[in-house]
Amino acid sequence: MGDMATHNAHHAQHEAFQHQFEDMEQQRGAGTFGMWVFLAQEIMFFGGIFAAYIVYRALYHDSFEIGSNLLNVKFGAANTVVLIASSLTMALAIHAAQIGKKGKTQVMYLLLTVLLGVIFLAVKFTFEWTADYHEHLIPGFGFVVRPEWGHSGYHVPMFFSFYFFMTGLHALHMIVGIPIILVIATMAWRNRFNEVYYAPLEMVGLYWHFVDIVWIFLFPLLYLVGGRYLSIGGH
Amino acid sequence: MSTTVIAEIPGHQLPSEERVNYLTVDHSVKSWLLTHDHKRIALLYLVSITLMFFVGGFFAVLMRLNLIEPTGLVAPETYNKLFSMHGIIMVFFFLVPSIPATLGNFLVPMMIGARDLAFPRINLLSWYIYIIGAAFTMYAVISGGVDTGWTFYTPYSSTFSHSQVIPAAVGVFVTGFSSILTGLNFIVTIHKMRAPGLTWFRLPLFIWAMYATSVIFILGTPVIAITLFLLGLERLLHIGIFDPAIGGDPILFQHMFWFYSHPAVYIMILPGMGVMSELITAFSRKRIFGYTFVAFSSLAIAVISFLVWGHHMFVTGQSVYAGLIFSVLSFMVAIPSAIKVFNWTATLYKGSISYEAPMLYALGFIGLFTMGGLTGLFLASLATDVHLNGTYFIVAHFHYIMVGGAVMAYLGGLHFWWPKITGRLYPDGWARFAALVIFVGFNLTFFPQFVLGYLGMPRRYAVYPSEFQVLNVMSSAGASILGVGYIIPLVYFIWSFKYGPIAGPNPWGAKGLEWTTPSPPPTENFEEVPIVTEQAYNYAGTSESAHG
Amino acid sequence: MSAHVVPVKTYVGVFLALMVLTGLTTGVAFIDLHAWNTPVALAIAVVKMVLVVLFFMHVKYSPGLTKMVIVAGFFFLALLVAFTLADELTRVWSPQVHGWSILLPVLPGWF
Repeated sequence: MGDMATHNAHHAQHEAFQHQFEDMEQQRGAGTFGMWVFLAQEIMFFGGIFAAYIVYRALYHDSFEIGSNLLNVKFGAANTVVLIASSLTMALAIHAAQIGKKGKTQVMYLLLTVLLGVIFLAVKFTFEWTADYHEHLIPGFGFVVRPEWGHSGYHVPMFFSFYFFMTGLHALHMIVGIPIILVIATMAWRNRFNEVYYAPLEMVGLYWHFVDIVWIFLFPLLYLVGGRYLSIGGH
Repeated sequence: MSTTVIAEIPGHQLPSEERVNYLTVDHSVKSWLLTHDHKRIALLYLVSITLMFFVGGFFAVLMRLNLIEPTGLVAPETYNKLFSMHGIIMVFFFLVPSIPATLGNFLVPMMIGARDLAFPRINLLSWYIYIIGAAFTMYAVISGGVDTGWTFYTPYSSTFSHSQVIPAAVGVFVTGFSSILTGLNFIVTIHKMRAPGLTWFRLPLFIWAMYATSVIFILGTPVIAITLFLLGLERLLHIGIFDPAIGGDPILFQHMFWFYSHPAVYIMILPGMGVMSELITAFSRKRIFGYTFVAFSSLAIAVISFLVWGHHMFVTGQSVYAGLIFSVLSFMVAIPSAIKVFNWTATLYKGSISYEAPMLYALGFIGLFTMGGLTGLFLASLATDVHLNGTYFIVAHFHYIMVGGAVMAYLGGLHFWWPKITGRLYPDGWARFAALVIFVGFNLTFFPQFVLGYLGMPRRYAVYPSEFQVLNVMSSAGASILGVGYIIPLVYFIWSFKYGPIAGPNPWGAKGLEWTTPSPPPTENFEEVPIVTEQAYNYAGTSESAHG
Repeated sequence: MSAHVVPVKTYVGVFLALMVLTGLTTGVAFIDLHAWNTPVALAIAVVKMVLVVLFFMHVKYSPGLTKMVIVAGFFFLALLVAFTLADELTRVWSPQVHGWSILLPVLPGWF
């Protein structure tokens, strides 16, 4: 393996090399693996609230159906499309680096990702949540139980507690992710990433795809409970 | 430096004044607070954790003072805060990080022949996160305290308590991320950065233990994080998912809380078990008996620990059917721990045993951990738990494991690796004396509590029937002896920094890569990356040769 | 760099598949499948997730260790859900006074 002097000489080349590793390959492998371990932790973090949601949905299914049917499926579906598209642009940003495209191409895809993320958040906050507030559907902020919900109405606030907690936690993860993508985009603008070194892009990509996957589950679980057929006259 | 040639002779060490090591390389405050060196970060943690230990211990002193009198000395509302603060600080700010963040941080890279952990900056960040979490909790303490118990049960914590629940919950939430980052670092480091020739089954068992602990950190801690997050939101917004008024189930809180907090108790003991394997082999000068069994037991404990949390909820309203399942699984989780105790004992058999302080702590661990573990079986059994739950029997059970087990392992480890960490020897005479004081004080404190619990004295009560006074006074007397026992090492460890005899690279003649470096080690740990060709604990005496 | 480069065509193909599945899950929700609506929606979500994991997150070309980490995460989450439900859904099965009826759960008794 060689002593310290040789060791340093071998790896004086790459500016991003960290001394605790033996070579860039080990560093990249460690970084990616580390991000996966972090995502495993995120599975449990979101998983905790998903577990609670599953329990109450099993116990109060009728109330959850009522609540779900009050959400706007069009916005939910549109947001799903937007977020999946942002995953595509993120994957393309990494691809651009992998094939040695100039920084500007990577930056373009990263900025598209951010733009789509911002659109998602804008739809959520300014269209969905604002409307929910005006319709008195936010627990703790003037929630009104409607008589037409019948005796199941009692537990409808529970559905909306989950709706706001879960989509809020998801949105928080996007709000944290977007500045990180912008920082990475700055590095990409300075041509830091190429086919030899793109680990930070890959790691941010993994995070962003995870956030996408959470939404892939949130959409059917929150917006499509019990079938939307209720809203078109189903039983 | 012209002296590097001599430094490469194995076993020989330059006088410490001539050698630059991780402690002397830079003396500025900035070099400590912005360090990337895992060894310095371990010391930063050591100082913080020791501080929190004495804060938590202070609350214990107040509790035991109160319990001298059957009518109590403080108001019940105050007593509620005392046991809550004691529990929160001891569990989250002392026991959970203790061995991993101090000995783990220091030793994991060294034991595997690496220059540092995989992510040194994340390591430093984890310490700052710990400090921020501790700050929130200290704020909760000085601004009136929390009275919910360390278990934060709803709806008391979410709706009815008038104490500082949110700052305390935030403090624990934040510190949880410190654990998660530590666990992440260890898992990646152990997978990716082992020296050439260091296969999984040549690793020291301390590394297996840290790996298993890290798995629990990653998979368990986020669940308590989200649980406390939801609790905080509920308390803030006055509506949430544990609120019975909208159909919320307080038992669900308990499920989510204990899903982490049960594996957390294994976070607290597994590292100690890892230390045990190192101490027992070094001070019997023998290979560990049943290496593979001990290694797999660590993993088994980590996995099965996630299957038993409902045994904390047998009497809170959980269904009997779930109780049956959790009870059976709780009996099963004892098996890997028992396997380890058998293996350590078999390692001792026909070993060349010496009784320095680390070994005294190790022997104490074997006895006290076994007692604590066996009493857990009474609690795993549904029928007996109905009688014992909520009593001092439980308090004694977990203190036998946490204090008689984990803290003694921690002290044993600190003593064992102290020469490596500081380059100094501590006075072994005083150390053995302190170990005995701790052993006596501990048993006097907690054995009477088994009896008290069996006789029916409830836990978390500021007052008690007068017929229990004798046992309570014995327990409080024991606590004062135990307190003295803890202060003695604090004094001589600090003393040894300046006045202790200089330690060589391997004062114990122990096996392990960390002992091939100078004491204290240089910042990069190893001059050359070591190549490993032999098994762990390659002492002259083996279990085979002892029989043959 | 030894990492596998996924072609753009694959990414676009996966994206289109995800679009179709999103449309499918939304559309199926408006059809009354009684108790099957939920499992169908979840199954579609799982397929979408698998596509994102395998292709966008490159797990198809990643070492087995990565796959183990993902499986471990979901496995322990499944434990949390399963054992919690084992309690929450069986409370109304509490034993009656007569000893033998401990074995007879009250069937439609959960609401």
